[in-house]
Amino acid sequence: MSAAAHAEHDHAHGHAHHDEGFIQKYLWSTDHKMIAMQYLFTGIAMALVGGFTVYAFRMQLAFPGMPVPGYGRVTATDYNALVTTHGSVMVFWVAMPVLIAALGNYLIPLMIGCDDMVFPRLNRLSYQLFLLSAIVLMASFYVPGGAFGGAWTSYPPLSAKAEYNLTGLGSSMWLFAVALEFAAFLLGGINFITTVMNSRAPGMKMFDVPIVVWMIIIASILFMASVGPLIAGAVMLMFDQQLGTGFFDPAKGGDPVLWQHLFWFFGHPEVYVVLLPAMGIVAEIITVFSRKKLFAYKTVLYTAIGTGVLSFFVWAHHQFIAGIDPRMANVFSVTTLLISIPVAEMVFVYIGTLYGGSIRLTTPMLWALAFIAEFLLGGVTGIFLGASGADIYFHDTYFVIAHFHYTFFPIAFIGSFAAITYWFPKMFGRMMSETWGKVHFWGTIIPFNLIFIPLFLLGARGDHRRIYDYRHFPDLMKAGMQDLRILATLALLVLLAFQVVFLVNLFHSIFRGEKAAANPWNANTLEWQAPSPPPHGNFPQGLPNVYRGPYEYSHPDRAEDYWPQTEPEAAKS
Amino acid sequence: MTTSAAALTTSPPANRPVVPNAVLGTLIFVVAEVMFFVGLISAFTISRAGAPAGTWPVPGQPLLPAEATALNTAALMLSGALLLAGQVLWAKKRPVARWVVLAAWVLGALFVVLQGREWSQLLSAGLTMKSSRLGAFFYLIVGTHGVHAIGALVALGLAAVQVLRGRLEGGLFFGAQVFWYFVVLMWPIIYARVYF
Repeated sequence: MSAAAHAEHDHAHGHAHHDEGFIQKYLWSTDHKMIAMQYLFTGIAMALVGGFTVYAFRMQLAFPGMPVPGYGRVTATDYNALVTTHGSVMVFWVAMPVLIAALGNYLIPLMIGCDDMVFPRLNRLSYQLFLLSAIVLMASFYVPGGAFGGAWTSYPPLSAKAEYNLTGLGSSMWLFAVALEFAAFLLGGINFITTVMNSRAPGMKMFDVPIVVWMIIIASILFMASVGPLIAGAVMLMFDQQLGTGFFDPAKGGDPVLWQHLFWFFGHPEVYVVLLPAMGIVAEIITVFSRKKLFAYKTVLYTAIGTGVLSFFVWAHHQFIAGIDPRMANVFSVTTLLISIPVAEMVFVYIGTLYGGSIRLTTPMLWALAFIAEFLLGGVTGIFLGASGADIYFHDTYFVIAHFHYTFFPIAFIGSFAAITYWFPKMFGRMMSETWGKVHFWGTIIPFNLIFIPLFLLGARGDHRRIYDYRHFPDLMKAGMQDLRILATLALLVLLAFQVVFLVNLFHSIFRGEKAAANPWNANTLEWQAPSPPPHGNFPQGLPNVYRGPYEYSHPDRAEDYWPQTEPEAAKS
Repeated sequence: MTTSAAALTTSPPANRPVVPNAVLGTLIFVVAEVMFFVGLISAFTISRAGAPAGTWPVPGQPLLPAEATALNTAALMLSGALLLAGQVLWAKKRPVARWVVLAAWVLGALFVVLQGREWSQLLSAGLTMKSSRLGAFFYLIVGTHGVHAIGALVALGLAAVQVLRGRLEGGLFFGAQVFWYFVVLMWPIIYARVYF
């Protein structure tokens, strides 16, 4: 980003930036693109933390009791802290900041054709709260007792009592970090929804908004509507921990299952909060790289809304063995199976878009196709768990772990890699290496399946998930079960090693990549009409007007196979 | 503003915001806040329904003063009504509207003071957060509402002063008003669910 163009533009728009020192530009910026970069790189850093924790505890599971290179001996308390941190970090500090905060911040103003978010200072505050939350979480590793070890779902009474979880201060710091993080995303979500409602470019109607923007908005609404009960529960849990109240403490008459209701009322919509943006990213990419109009735009939109509404009525499927009324379990089984219909419909629509297109297998397209295939496996195995009868057997086994990793890994990683490789030319003004991108793709997808297919097999054989050392459970050490654990761990090591390829490709391309044109993929949406990378204010030639929908590829009336949203009918093509 | 030739010929109409940014932002925030209170109140309702007979309230501990709180409730409702009146008058009769808004603010502050007095009476009578789950829920829910009331009063007061000095556009003031309506309308639900 050239500083001169930057400063010049600030004057042209009368923004209050006088001189842009390092702190003004990189740490105290209100520019939505810089805030997106802050979220993105913090998310990548947290992904390394999440990756390191899984490395340490998977090594313990495969080779119990042996010192782990780079970590040392994993004690039982360490193990609890590592799995808790892995789950919390990957959901709250990787998937949420990268998919919603980074991409939402980067894409929304560019794709709807405005110069910034409507509340830029709230946006800056949002990132600062998020950064603080990450610091609090990481600091909890260094307090007496260590980081919280009560699992990312934080069920009381385990999470409420220091004498059970052995991490008294760590558990309160975990709760505080989660609360700060939610405050950050509340501010972000308010910004996203208000911006899209009020700041769309002239001519951009509801159905001219790109699907990814819609998806981020629906996800933000889901987040807004579901997070309240969890915050209520978090305050109550914090009081139980620090003030000795008895909201969830059976010894004081409290109800521990109440926490599970409050947690999962948020927790299940949260799955769709991260899924929908990933679905949106995939929609953008498959239309561009099959040079075809998105099949059934409105169907995608309505199924996304339907998924969002249904997601509020499925939460108790996490509690089938928590002693809830079996009649209630039936209702939640039905709603859980129902929600697979709109999601399956979305997948069908995407396959319909691919059908008959002139497909170009670029790196982002490979990621997008892999997302559809892998997520489908995650969705189908979810049906076994949604049926309460089967779930009573599968509950708390590695089958559950494998199922939600087949949903979350495609969402958080495949979706993010698709987005980063696709929008990289816009973000940094340079191209990423296609060759190394494809090496990284295959080096991630193959080991990913080799990690989690063994875990499906283990789970089907009843392998319980909350065990630190399987040598103490002879039933779970029978015929080849340990071999499957070792296979999963070795595949994980390969997967982690290939992420180095990604990081090197990312940073090398940021500084040394081939210069990118404004619209390297010949795409229609508005962000590709801005220069790469867009300057402060986004559209130096003036904010764009919109004349058409975002997916008019291979239009019969036009020589080129794309038709940017800014080009009116009469303009010469 | 735009200078491209294509845009000059058939420039599409701009999208007019239906709701000002600050009001819309506050409304979305209110949705999250409403769900927060829904979480608290439903947790309270479930806990009370599941409590064994004779333990809710714990015998010997004070009951919640439902009758005395009716006065607080009336003060808060009146405050909300006056603010609404002030908003209607704001555009036409600014001098009158100022006094109406001030009265709304004073009544809101009165509500907070009366609630504080109630708390100190209950605490001295032996109802604390640790004495029973009823006490814990009472202080949690009513306290959360009280914190929101104080925050809303501060925001409303600051925004009103800034608007009257001409240093702020109306949007943020209307946003603060929306938040005050939320605080006012949340209260009767809490009063009905928790006190009775």
